[in-house]
Amino acid sequence: MIEVENVTKRFGPILAVDRISFHVARGEVIGFLGPNGAGKSTTMRILACFFPPTSGRASVGGHDVATSALQVKQLVGYFPERVSVYPELPVRSFLDFVAEAKDVPRAERKREIVRVIESCGLEAVSDRIIGHLSKGYRQRVGIAQALMHRPQVLILDEPTIGLDPEQVVEIRKLIRDLGAERTVILSTHILSEVSSVCDRVIIINQGRILASESLAELRAQLQRTRVVRVEAEGPEPQLREVLERLSGVETVRRPEVRSRRPEDDGAVALLVEYTGDDIRKQVSRAILENGWELLEVRSLEPTLEDMYLQLIRDEEQVLRIESLRD
Amino acid sequence: MKSFCVFKKELRLYFGSFIAYALATFFLLLTGYFFYTDMIFYDLFGDFQDITASLWAYYFQDVRFVTMLILPLLTMRLFAEEKKLGTIELLWTYPLKDPQIILGKFFACFLVYVLMVLCTFVYPLLLSSVHSFSWGPPLAGYLGVFLLGATFIACGTLISSLTENQVVSAMSTYGVLVFFWFLNWNEEAVGPQLVGIVVRFSLFDRFEDFSKGVIQTDNVAFFLLATFFFLCLTLQSLESRKWRGT
Repeated sequence: MIEVENVTKRFGPILAVDRISFHVARGEVIGFLGPNGAGKSTTMRILACFFPPTSGRASVGGHDVATSALQVKQLVGYFPERVSVYPELPVRSFLDFVAEAKDVPRAERKREIVRVIESCGLEAVSDRIIGHLSKGYRQRVGIAQALMHRPQVLILDEPTIGLDPEQVVEIRKLIRDLGAERTVILSTHILSEVSSVCDRVIIINQGRILASESLAELRAQLQRTRVVRVEAEGPEPQLREVLERLSGVETVRRPEVRSRRPEDDGAVALLVEYTGDDIRKQVSRAILENGWELLEVRSLEPTLEDMYLQLIRDEEQVLRIESLRD
Repeated sequence: MKSFCVFKKELRLYFGSFIAYALATFFLLLTGYFFYTDMIFYDLFGDFQDITASLWAYYFQDVRFVTMLILPLLTMRLFAEEKKLGTIELLWTYPLKDPQIILGKFFACFLVYVLMVLCTFVYPLLLSSVHSFSWGPPLAGYLGVFLLGATFIACGTLISSLTENQVVSAMSTYGVLVFFWFLNWNEEAVGPQLVGIVVRFSLFDRFEDFSKGVIQTDNVAFFLLATFFFLCLTLQSLESRKWRGT
């Protein structure tokens, strides 16, 4: 459905997107992930025909974004990063304009407007002026305009930013429902959003694609080292020493953040990174044999956050090495 | 007619945000004041002779001035506001072509202007109820007012498409319009070769004939072409996003 080949976008001296390529099949829900300024919005704007790429080829549904923009625009529903709506218009007249601009036939216009109002939960505010609505509702108006005329491809640039948790859940559900029948590209830097909504992630940093895989694949790839969290009562230096001596252990360190509860007084929390088979039995035995109190031994699943940070760190290292070589 | 949806949206914005009402109020206050004072002069000094030279010529030149004051405030938001709000991103990703967007905006603004000007028809109508005169010259004057307004609006549309700041948009439009006005002030100084060319480009000189009740084809053509020219430049300015970024 979407093909991007070697696409580059420059703004003067700034290279926003650097020779990226990816494909999205019909019906797939793709999460576009990356830090601020990574090139997510630029890529999405290219696909929405906001501006053409500097070089390379991008097409949606077989139509090239640079040469057949009008056909592409008819296939795509786009939600821009900056929620852009006309603050002086009532919701319904704004949607009326959208319907007309998107070629919804006159006979279906009313029905279509009612449909998007319902699917975005805007019934209660449909006659209010957009500028008087809360941010969450304005956001939904933005999503409503993207859904108008049932586009086959939805491009949503950070659709859940600024919503309250309940609305976030609703919008995610909406996106999942939509993804059942159409192609969705969704950019975000909220990682749990990706795991709850997307089939596949594309991780992008500094204009380059770092990974384009399903979540399971990504997890498997990054699970070389595993982590166990240990909490025990005992002298910390000796505890560390004992744990470091276990086979397979690479490092023992303190967790970066630790919530303090009253019952934790005197307890030591440590993270044990290791490779190989499950180490939990060895850990608990070692602690008990030394006569210390064992409070907790828990395997930590690598979160998407960890994977993401690791990828970005690796990439930055590569870039640093490359620049040193130059 | 895809321009029509942009046209309707612009009208809703003009009347929804009260810009149209506020500007129309000042337009009518100023033109009303000028019509009243011009008529007093006509009464005192014109001796009720030659109404064209002693009333309409003055009145329409005053209307021209008010138009110059009001129109940049009407056109300043056309593109600058969309850029500021980010709604331009919607317009450019909807299946709309740039010329459709420009024409929709231009005609919406022009319609607001025409409505304002039509309200001033009350003045000659009132006069005609107490004093009979020939309708030809004032109608020629109004044709000139519409044509001049169309050119001003096209110029303002162009300038609005160059910035995202409405104040910059209005101020620059004033700058350009005042430049076209002043073109014929010290025209002798620009030299004998250039003077013929410079005077031809003065929007305000072109208007003088209309205010005296004379419709010249070359003047009509000039205003229509100038309008078209500014709208074409607007199209170029919008298309610059393709190589410039935002």
